[in-house]
Amino acid sequence: MISSLSTGLMRRDRVFDFLAPSVSEQLNPNCSTMLYMENVSVSFDGFKAIDDLNFYVDTGELRCVIGANGAGKTTMMDIITGKTRPDTGRVVFGDNVDLLSLDVAQIALAGIGRKFQKPTVFEELNVFENLELALADDKRVFSTLRVRISSEQQGQIEDVAAMVGLETLMRKRAGALSHGQKQWLEIGMLLMQRPLLLLVDEPVAGMTHQEMEKTGQLLSDLAGKHTVVVVEHDMEFIRSIAKRVTVLNQGSVLAEGSMDDIQQNDAVRRVYLGE
Amino acid sequence: MDLYSNKTNFLDRAIIIWLVASVFLVPYANLFVEPSSALFLDTFNVTQLGKFLCLAMLALSVDLVWGYLGILSLGHGAFFALGGYAMGMYLMRQIGDRGVYGNPDLPDFMVFLNWEEIPWFWTGMDQFPIAMVAIVLAPGLLAFVFGWFTFRSRVNGVYLSIITQAMTFALMLAFYRNEMGFGGNNGLTDFKDILGFSLRSQTTRVSLFISSAVVLLLAYFVCQRIVRSRAGRVAQAIRDAESRTRFLGFNVEHYKVFIFTTSAVLAGIAGALYVPQAGIINPREMAPLGSIEVVVWVALGGRGTLYGPIIGALIVNYAKSWFTVVMPEYWIFALGGLFVFATLYLPRGVTGLFRSHER
Repeated sequence: MISSLSTGLMRRDRVFDFLAPSVSEQLNPNCSTMLYMENVSVSFDGFKAIDDLNFYVDTGELRCVIGANGAGKTTMMDIITGKTRPDTGRVVFGDNVDLLSLDVAQIALAGIGRKFQKPTVFEELNVFENLELALADDKRVFSTLRVRISSEQQGQIEDVAAMVGLETLMRKRAGALSHGQKQWLEIGMLLMQRPLLLLVDEPVAGMTHQEMEKTGQLLSDLAGKHTVVVVEHDMEFIRSIAKRVTVLNQGSVLAEGSMDDIQQNDAVRRVYLGE
Repeated sequence: MDLYSNKTNFLDRAIIIWLVASVFLVPYANLFVEPSSALFLDTFNVTQLGKFLCLAMLALSVDLVWGYLGILSLGHGAFFALGGYAMGMYLMRQIGDRGVYGNPDLPDFMVFLNWEEIPWFWTGMDQFPIAMVAIVLAPGLLAFVFGWFTFRSRVNGVYLSIITQAMTFALMLAFYRNEMGFGGNNGLTDFKDILGFSLRSQTTRVSLFISSAVVLLLAYFVCQRIVRSRAGRVAQAIRDAESRTRFLGFNVEHYKVFIFTTSAVLAGIAGALYVPQAGIINPREMAPLGSIEVVVWVALGGRGTLYGPIIGALIVNYAKSWFTVVMPEYWIFALGGLFVFATLYLPRGVTGLFRSHER
């Protein structure tokens, strides 16, 4: 313990955060695989939430993940974003960024954005301010104390607001938005960070049919520019957007392929569709 | 095009105008108006308002952490008192050989305790600039170290409030001990001079009042600057959805430590200005109940507004000074009643009545 402490203290890049090389500089954006998860396992009080999971996402792909309750979808997202530490395995972002060595904030800065199941926006701030905080900008205290928004950033906020259909509601308090609008705002906040990898948890839960269509269109537009991983229950929605689907069961991958392949797959029919 | 929601409203302007006006009018009413005139303000009232402005600054510092960061600190009295003790040490050294025992090197209480020499931490406290540094450093360092450990361990909500209570309580018990070297139970008192000017003279008292009003004004601008910067909006984001803020890439702990420490320094400066006007500093300033009372001022005035706590502190303290003269034994009930009333009927405080058009 003493020796690990002393080596920790000797490492200059660990003692002072600001001396550490920024993660996004290490990242190669032209890599062909955006995310590797290899032999990942994690258990909570003996229950194996993730069991020897192998999961790969190609760059620019729109991937859907489905699975019954307790299949490990949320835990998988938690591991990628650093909220949960796996017991074993490797999680690599891009070609060379080891996500297991980073904390939540560093992972977010490295270019992984996550939309939660329940929309969480900053209720007391207005739409504009919510998007502003999500800007990919210097996030340290002493810069945010002084910084003023540039016209370029203002333009970026307006673009994103238009993309998610909130351009006329900029001054509205986020807490006063409807459920659907909050979901939009949260997707907008993800986009402000210009993430390379977007993790989207149940984006259409509680949405009307039209809103669902718009969400589908939005996510399809984002793929290519970004890599998108969507967790969703609504099969119709998945069919409308997905090219590749991964089925999780008991913490590992049960099947992977096009929606048609998945629906033909016997194992999937047994486990997931209950046949 | 300004799209930000936090804009200057008329209460912001009113409080600034009122403070600026009082810097000029109060000294004028005391020094240049005939005592027989109805507009005359006697020195007692000037000093009382000066003390209340210091308490208002303490309330302002609590609002910065509670209203904008969501940290309900029930221990800000400790920071206030530390600033006050630093000033008190300087004032003790100003007494020189005019103490009861006439010892030029040791304050009276140390002579009384048969101490041979002055403890090391009193070194240099006879120098005003060093005392100024101590006023900022003592509360600042305590807040920084306390914040660093608690925020890093993700202590939140009511648990954090309880720890801040424990902090001020522990500090109070420590300062009660004579061995601490801060005068124990009696604290530091019997002050004579500040910067060589007699604390009993009218002009010194008026100057202290002016200093309190000006420093409160500066503190107000500092707080306003912070809450209207992007960092201020990050703080509000932390208050509303902490883990979401973390996912956006903000280091939540750094923001908390920064704002908590800033707030503690403001509280310490308020304490330092309070002590020469009150004439005494003792461990009772760190009593847990005192810090809770500050929270009542903030809630009554209107949390998360900056001007609210100043108004709340003035209302409650004037009510207190009136009550304790007219019916002293009922003051504590009146204070409790005020808090219950504010919670039930004025959730946004007294100033909330003037902001009903918002939202």
